[in-house]
Amino acid sequence: MKLSFSREDELFREEVATWLSENLTGDYAATRFRGGPGDEHVFVDERKAWERKLAEGRWTCIGWPEEYGGRGASIEQQVIFNEEYARAGGPGRMGHIGETLTGPTLIAFGSQQQRERYLPGILSGEDFWCQGYSEPAAGSDLANVKTRAVFDESADAWRITGQKVWTSLAHESQYCFVIARTDPASLGNKGLGFFLVHLDQPGVDIRPIQQMTGTSEFNEVFFDDAVCDADDLVGAPGDGWKVAMGLLGFERGVSTLGQQMLFQNELDEIVRLAKRNGAAADPVIRQRIADAHIGLKIMRYNSMRMLSGGGDDGSLQKEAMIYKLYWSSWHRNLGKLAMDVLGPESEILDGAPYELNRLQAMYLFTRADTIYGGTNQIQRNIIAERALGMPREPRGNS
Amino acid sequence: MEFSFTEEQQMIRDTAEAFLAEVSTSEAVREAMATELGYDKALWERVCTELYWPAMHIPEAYGGMGLGYVELVATLEQMGRYLFCSPFFSTVCLGVNALLVAGNEEQKSVWLPQIIEGKTATLAYTGTSGLWGLDTVDGVCVTDGDSYRLNGRWRYVPDGHSADVIVLAARKPGSTGVEGISLFVLPAETPGVSRTWLPTMDQTRKQGELLLEDVAVPAAALLGEFGEGAALLQSVINLATVAVAADQVGVAQQSLDSAVSYMQERVQFGRVIASYQALKHKAADMMLKAEAAKSAAYYAACVADEHLSGGPMGGELPEAASIAKAYCSEAAFFNAGCGIQLHGGVGFTEEYDIQLYFKRAKSGETLLGDAALHRERVAASLLDGGAAA
Repeated sequence: MKLSFSREDELFREEVATWLSENLTGDYAATRFRGGPGDEHVFVDERKAWERKLAEGRWTCIGWPEEYGGRGASIEQQVIFNEEYARAGGPGRMGHIGETLTGPTLIAFGSQQQRERYLPGILSGEDFWCQGYSEPAAGSDLANVKTRAVFDESADAWRITGQKVWTSLAHESQYCFVIARTDPASLGNKGLGFFLVHLDQPGVDIRPIQQMTGTSEFNEVFFDDAVCDADDLVGAPGDGWKVAMGLLGFERGVSTLGQQMLFQNELDEIVRLAKRNGAAADPVIRQRIADAHIGLKIMRYNSMRMLSGGGDDGSLQKEAMIYKLYWSSWHRNLGKLAMDVLGPESEILDGAPYELNRLQAMYLFTRADTIYGGTNQIQRNIIAERALGMPREPRGNS
Repeated sequence: MEFSFTEEQQMIRDTAEAFLAEVSTSEAVREAMATELGYDKALWERVCTELYWPAMHIPEAYGGMGLGYVELVATLEQMGRYLFCSPFFSTVCLGVNALLVAGNEEQKSVWLPQIIEGKTATLAYTGTSGLWGLDTVDGVCVTDGDSYRLNGRWRYVPDGHSADVIVLAARKPGSTGVEGISLFVLPAETPGVSRTWLPTMDQTRKQGELLLEDVAVPAAALLGEFGEGAALLQSVINLATVAVAADQVGVAQQSLDSAVSYMQERVQFGRVIASYQALKHKAADMMLKAEAAKSAAYYAACVADEHLSGGPMGGELPEAASIAKAYCSEAAFFNAGCGIQLHGGVGFTEEYDIQLYFKRAKSGETLLGDAALHRERVAASLLDGGAAA
């Protein structure tokens, strides 16, 4: 075991930090530490411009292979980039879905034509993507997708009809990848297709979902005979589940350390508050702050193990499986801690009608953390069944 | 950055596992723990002469194997998994660490080879207060010409009733806190030392009490400077704290494994109880804790390595040790407690081993300070501006 990064990696870290300190200035300064999860509705135009700025410095898609316009950065370098980005207060990325999900999916499963058509816009920070997976009847049971895709021979295109939900940033995106049923007689994860759909067309209607935070990052997306070029089906009809699951594997944990840097910023703010308002003298609060600190440190060590791979008896995979349950539970507790440190001030808003301060927004948003991307209960099923080999949950007949 | 075992470390871990699976069976553990000594002498001899475990992290200059703390932690984890009854923790994690941290060249050359040969050792620093910080030191030492005289009572000393060599912390009369502390090394047979076995709830970890009445030790017994031993002692305690955490990782893992394997066999309402979601979710929570505990203990092991070798991250040891101890203590206790529950009625019987893990989890939680104590150390460094004690 070796904890330190190599000399080349440290030089890379300096390069990233220097570029960020020179460029995250002027019009972009206001976006620092903004636009993260729970705060995605702010500074949208500035953050879109920032994506193009990043692209000028070749700082988008650094993990993509060089032949597709990336830097072919190693896992370590991607970790370092994410860490320095968060340390510098880089705003929540508008392009992260295209960069971390669409791009790697097209590189792995897409046609040459699809790559040529879609990768450049992601690289240049001009095209934004959203993910069309969940549906009203396909939440935890993701395979229960009802959205249909019917091939229209005359138009050489697919016609998509159905409803997606919880679609982050759909209203700010030009494209959405959608899983839809290509075989109407199919059930579950069979008979699905993976489609690249243009959102700017008459058959698509995007409606924001008002959240308990008073803001809306999520949307409902209605497809009513929306058109998708035959060439924009990734893989064959019926390959949709394979592509969708492959996509989930691309993230590889490189952004986890960046996410943790955001968490660190939140915890630092709570520590400062506790020192200022006297909560730091309360023995129970002291224990809880220490517990949060310990939990975050261990989250980092978990990531380091996950990224280092290997390990004893397949522990890599187990390590990756606990990650979501671990961080979502930790973050939920942090939200509660923040309110308890604030005491009566936790109730007082920044302004009417419902202007939350950052910790209040974080507190409320952490209640989504334990739900989206696989609820804590689904995570426990996955851990018990795949890591511990316990019997699978029985399925219903529908 | 490579935060995973090297091939060699993996091999050492696998060797330990294979050996302990063979020798530290349920029957062997029960036989050893029922004795006052607490371990099988012939087996300990094998450990010393065939596996060289006491020599593991002793530098080659003193006849040791010169391996690191990561290897030690990987081995300790397996000892926890197999409830290994031995004087390894007291001898290596307390005694050897104390000599490595505080001994001069001559003291290391005298004592370390004896330990490699099979002598056991321990560290006695806790007085009768039941505290684990340096405040607890209440045995006293005074100078007497060229030598020193020691008096007092030391309680909760791991293998204190049986160790051959004792490293002892005592303080100048009237001093408090970190002031006035000295460390001494002496044979347990020194005149004036009387020792009592303290029977314990967790029978796999033995404790003793030492009573020293006007014990005279020579100048050569003093480790470090007279009255200036606090930092050295704290460093030894931090290193040992990482070792306890590693043992608890093994307890946490084995509590999970045995519960899962029991649930895969036990049938109720016509299906194995492992198929019930309420129990699956409990098991998932246990795995999360076991995996996170590993991360914490392995990280602390890397830091301990750097601490001993003077590496740049060595200064992180107090925090890394407290993080590991706080988390692993609760993980082991949680998993062993759930382990009993998931076994149902048989979990409460003497016959099933899960009760032994439950007891070891608790004694490990207490030893060198529980989670609350270690969280307070972390809190102090975060909130009070000072360094963790």
